[in-house]
Amino acid sequence: MKLTLKDGTVFEGKSFGANVPAAGEVVFNTGMVGYVESLSDPSYTGQILVLSYPLVGNYGVPDKGFFESAKIHAAGLVVAEYSENYSHHAARESLSEWLKRSKVPAITGIDTRALTQKLREHGIMLGVLDANPANAVRRRLTALDFVDPNEENLVAQVSIKKPETYGDGPATIVLVDCGAKENILRSLMRPETKVVRVPWDYDFTNDTYDGIVISNGPGDPQQCEETIANLRRAMISNKPILGICLGTQLLALTAGATTYKLKYGHRSQNQPCIDTETHRCYITSQNHGYAVDAKSLPADWKVWFTNANDGSVEGIKHRTKPWRAVQFHPEASPGPTDTAWIFDDFVLNIKGLRNP
Amino acid sequence: MEKVEKVLLLGSGGLKIGQAGEFDYSGTQAIKALKEEGVRVVLMNPNIATVQTDEGLADAVYLLPLTLQFALQVIKKERPDAILLGFGGQTALNLGLELQEKGILTKYKVRVLGTPVSVIRDTEDRELFVKRLQEIGVKTARSFAARSIADAQKAAQKIGYPIMVRAGFALGGLGSGIIRTPAELSQRLTEIFKSSPQVLIEEDLCGWKEVEYEIVRDCADNCISVCNMENIDPMGIHTGESIVVAPSQTLSNEEYHRLREIAIKTIRHLGVVGECNIQYALNPKTGDYRVIEVNARLSRSSALASKATGYPLAFIAAKLALGFTLPELKNSVTKTTTACFEPALDYIVLKMPRWDLTKFENAITQIGTEMKSVGEVMAIGRSFEEVLQKAIRMLSIGADGFTAHKNGNFRIPHYMDEIKHPTTRRIFALAEALRAGVSTKKISTASGIDPWFLEKMQNIILCAKKISRSHLDRKTILGAKKLGFSDIQIATLTKSTEDRVRKERKRLKVLPVIKQIDTLAGEFPAQTNYLYITYNGTKSDVVHGKNSVVVLGSGPYCIGSSVEFDWSSVQVLKTLAENKYETIMINSNPETVSTDYDMSNRLYFEELSLERVLDIYEFEKPKGVVISTGGQIPNNLALPLHSRGVKILGTSPKNIDRAEDRHTFSKLLDRLAIDQPAWVELTTHKAAAKAALKLGYPVLVRPSYVLSGSAMSVAYDEPSLLRYLKKAVDISTEHPVVISKFIENAREIEIDGVASHGKLVIYAITEHVENAGTHSGDATVVLPPQRTYLETIRRAKHVTKGIVKELQITGPFNIQFLAKENHLQVIECNVRASRSFPFVSKVTGYNFIDIATRAMLKEDVSGDYRTLELDFVAVKSPQFSYARIKGADPVSNVEMASTGEVACFGDSFAEALIKSMLSAGFRLPKKNILISLGKEENKVKLLPALRELAKMNFKLFATEHTADFMRENGIECEKVYKIGTKKEPSVGSLLDNDGIDLIINIPGRNFGREAADGYIIRRKAVDMNIPLITNRQLAESFIVAFSEMNPAQLKSESVSMYRNKSEV
Repeated sequence: MKLTLKDGTVFEGKSFGANVPAAGEVVFNTGMVGYVESLSDPSYTGQILVLSYPLVGNYGVPDKGFFESAKIHAAGLVVAEYSENYSHHAARESLSEWLKRSKVPAITGIDTRALTQKLREHGIMLGVLDANPANAVRRRLTALDFVDPNEENLVAQVSIKKPETYGDGPATIVLVDCGAKENILRSLMRPETKVVRVPWDYDFTNDTYDGIVISNGPGDPQQCEETIANLRRAMISNKPILGICLGTQLLALTAGATTYKLKYGHRSQNQPCIDTETHRCYITSQNHGYAVDAKSLPADWKVWFTNANDGSVEGIKHRTKPWRAVQFHPEASPGPTDTAWIFDDFVLNIKGLRNP
Repeated sequence: MEKVEKVLLLGSGGLKIGQAGEFDYSGTQAIKALKEEGVRVVLMNPNIATVQTDEGLADAVYLLPLTLQFALQVIKKERPDAILLGFGGQTALNLGLELQEKGILTKYKVRVLGTPVSVIRDTEDRELFVKRLQEIGVKTARSFAARSIADAQKAAQKIGYPIMVRAGFALGGLGSGIIRTPAELSQRLTEIFKSSPQVLIEEDLCGWKEVEYEIVRDCADNCISVCNMENIDPMGIHTGESIVVAPSQTLSNEEYHRLREIAIKTIRHLGVVGECNIQYALNPKTGDYRVIEVNARLSRSSALASKATGYPLAFIAAKLALGFTLPELKNSVTKTTTACFEPALDYIVLKMPRWDLTKFENAITQIGTEMKSVGEVMAIGRSFEEVLQKAIRMLSIGADGFTAHKNGNFRIPHYMDEIKHPTTRRIFALAEALRAGVSTKKISTASGIDPWFLEKMQNIILCAKKISRSHLDRKTILGAKKLGFSDIQIATLTKSTEDRVRKERKRLKVLPVIKQIDTLAGEFPAQTNYLYITYNGTKSDVVHGKNSVVVLGSGPYCIGSSVEFDWSSVQVLKTLAENKYETIMINSNPETVSTDYDMSNRLYFEELSLERVLDIYEFEKPKGVVISTGGQIPNNLALPLHSRGVKILGTSPKNIDRAEDRHTFSKLLDRLAIDQPAWVELTTHKAAAKAALKLGYPVLVRPSYVLSGSAMSVAYDEPSLLRYLKKAVDISTEHPVVISKFIENAREIEIDGVASHGKLVIYAITEHVENAGTHSGDATVVLPPQRTYLETIRRAKHVTKGIVKELQITGPFNIQFLAKENHLQVIECNVRASRSFPFVSKVTGYNFIDIATRAMLKEDVSGDYRTLELDFVAVKSPQFSYARIKGADPVSNVEMASTGEVACFGDSFAEALIKSMLSAGFRLPKKNILISLGKEENKVKLLPALRELAKMNFKLFATEHTADFMRENGIECEKVYKIGTKKEPSVGSLLDNDGIDLIINIPGRNFGREAADGYIIRRKAVDMNIPLITNRQLAESFIVAFSEMNPAQLKSESVSMYRNKSEV
């Protein structure tokens, strides 16, 4: 099997997933654990995931109760060394078995450091995982083979189709599912909450609720016009809003700010983010290719978190209203759990509104 | 935070097991971090062989014992406004706690920087620790102390069987073990309570995974986890004895981040400021955890984590202690990103301990909850198999990897025993078992090692089997290389030679790539110079440098090769940099300063093997390679490198070899008419015995090829000679032994020097306190010489000039002499820097390595170096670690046993000697002294000293013959009987009950049954931590010095004060 990048670079390796071709945006993640969580993260839809940590598959794949969604969303997986042997008490199958079962191709034996550096230098590139080596001989890959996922509405593909309700607490949270990770739901579910998970384009503004969470999700935020329209209406009611990842970009767009595509995104578990109010630095888990342009923020909004490495916007906050959003993943999974307090704050916020 | 002007930094003293060179790294980084902020640094550390005690780093250096008395004096004199306790291991921490307890820090207004003392106490006191963690619901191993069988049974019931029983106050885990039933417990307790008043009943965590996290927290409560590590050997084996990987390999995301979260929660709750380490046990079946301990200081693990990730933990910790916060500090690797981040690795690191127990007769080779290893290596690569095989080779114990060894030493006949009851050879037992086809499941059950690791090991075994059967094509070689096979291993498996495999491999274009360690897994561009080599990759990160010189480091610390060689390597790097060369360091030892990120232009954390050095040489195309400052490992590479066309700087490798090869060297001395002890070379046991008889016993036996055990021994009679030959030596025509006359009662002097093109440039003469027979590394060394005749010195210099000229030496060398009644004989010459180079450099004020390096660079280094005229005396003492080496006889002999050294300066020999001994852990006697002298000669010669001792109002005890002798000579003493006689008062009960605070036990001979009682006394002294002197000359010197010196008069002066004295 081989991986071909749009610039013509070819990486040859061995298949350990499904023997099918795949095209997508090739992105790298530098986390050292968490392949199960990443692969099942809907935000990776349309992307071929490169793991820069070389040994992958070591602890197998656990029961789907541990996944971030029901299935693998990444289009393909690229690793340096797939570990044929796995060992873990929670493992139910090998990574290879899971990939094959999910019909997702994967390639091992790749110098993922060299590949990561290439993506860093050139920026994210489109690529093709080609299962059949004969294809390459027969014809050169054409531009048509390189599919840019960002031209599609990926959110529509991964969002749930109709609303679902979880829990029966007194405070109702609307979770706008743009491709939400399960752990956002788990983080919101408490004795005092009820979570109504709604499709990305569902108009919840006439429903009864106490707060809104806009989830993470794949692709270009500008594809989600319906969500933005709903948010604009929702803002009239002044109820607490929390955006996560794509949710941040959507909230920013709603507020009138703009977003842009990062050269190679932030996909790792070690991104330092500074809270501009407390100057505390948190280590966060991230997976995003787009970011909010700080300069475009309206005057009644401010930057809440900045990335300590490159200064990019990692969170925004309305100066007077209970609206805020973080570009990183407070729900972790994979990654560090340091910012889980953002959910606690949000839930407290809702309760505060109910019983002033 | 108030501005800090002057900081007292406590070092860790001499290297010993459990506390090695890692604290030179941490102290050196701390000094740099403090100096950068304009803080004045006062360093207190008697370890003269360290980089941190170099001139130009700290503002004042005190080579003094790390005790309350001396610390108080330094504080009074320097009046620092703050103190750092976290950079000198447990020694510094304990001294700091004592200073605080005694109110000294408060009285002199010395602030403790970094982690507050109360927090240190919370982590050090078991009960406080458990309580503090309970406050936040963090689980610790359950443990109860009990003083009766009933209490113990109750505790065991609470915890649930099986339980771990440990005798309280017992040494070395004596009586500890796993108990499965109440009946078994009662039986065991009956035994234990005979010798110990208290037992600890603990939850049995054997077989749980052992995982560590290195945590950094600043005063603003920012908290990060820099690295996690997983022990391959599960709980039950000390982490210093374990093979460790970073990052963890068998932990899921949930486990990894759950433990990380608990770590951060715990450290925040405790309130550590700076760096610390938290250890966990993790149940492999349920994921349940226990916190084992928190070390609120830099540790061996943090040095490892620092080298494994490229994150300069000690440097950052020092900045945080000054009140900086993490986001204010830069990542010194990328130089653009923040220090407040967690390194992402895109490689795997494996640490392996280096033991040296074969140097000790009787030493127990089983490993467990106590640390015995003397050093470690760290391998970096991109597959587990690769790093495992690299690490094994890095140990430099003759093993070529995990399997396929050229020599047969690594076959383990009873492999399952050594897997179940782990020994220092367990890794080879695992290989043997896998070769024999034992299933990984069975091995995992027996060892507790996670199957993941074992299956990776099995890949290596399977590959080895495949290689030996198949044709060496590109695919086969590349496959083997990816699994870490060396060219030698492939040669062994295919009955070829290393050179042939290398040639074929290069022809087939199977070449390694060079990768950077950049802390961010390639996410950001980094100007890092920290490199490793792997076959698991297709592209190198770097291109070769220009005008570079390669320096080969020391490899792992072991007995005989310690921090001194790291010091020397660092000096070479400095001089090369001053001369505008790009420096390239190669080393495999994470406990070093030479492998620090800012010491060289390029650091290859790599094997010091012929193959790897050639790989680097061919890639970098340097101007030359320095092999003479890293000790024996690089020295041994001189000739093999030279013969493959590598340019070696300094003395020609052919001439180095002439000095190394005992046969050639002895002939050379004969030709130069330089006297040496009579010697013969023999190839059969019979001839050896005959020759020994002719030379006259005692004789010194040295093999040219060592099988196991000691490399050198003194034989006093034929049985002991034959026993030695049988045990330790493979004697044959190919491997002859050299037998030489062992000269008794001769003194030993050494010359450390530097030559240029066969001309002596500078030299220093040192004198041993102990007579010949004590290994030079174990000797107490004096500079300038106190007892050597001027004539002898002149003669030694003359002989030295002759040898230097004959070998055309350029660079460092060391020659050892025997002096007896104006008679001078040469016993050894090393054409490389010796262990004593830092000592002679710092005492004389001339940096010998700097001069040697410039000589190697062909600079004119001639000058008027005055090394004999000093207005002070310096004494270097060995630092032993016998307490950690159970069963070993703490008596010095021709084999080196010390693990480190310390040195002190004084106005007189007496003052320097006492301070130096105190620095090595000796304590001055207050009341009771036990004397036990073997052999008549020892008694007679020590008589005057004993008379002095008697005058000083000590209560003297003596064993049977010694007591008789002392009484006959009018010295009052109390007689105690040997343990074997069963008569009271016996030595045994005396030691157990009577508060003996010094034992002078001089053994008659190293062999023989009568030594048994002496062995028990010496061993007990070590196990009960009673100061012990076992050498007659040292005993004599000490007593005389002690009688001359009032301890209160021992001065605390800085190195520069002494130096200025000399210059006035």
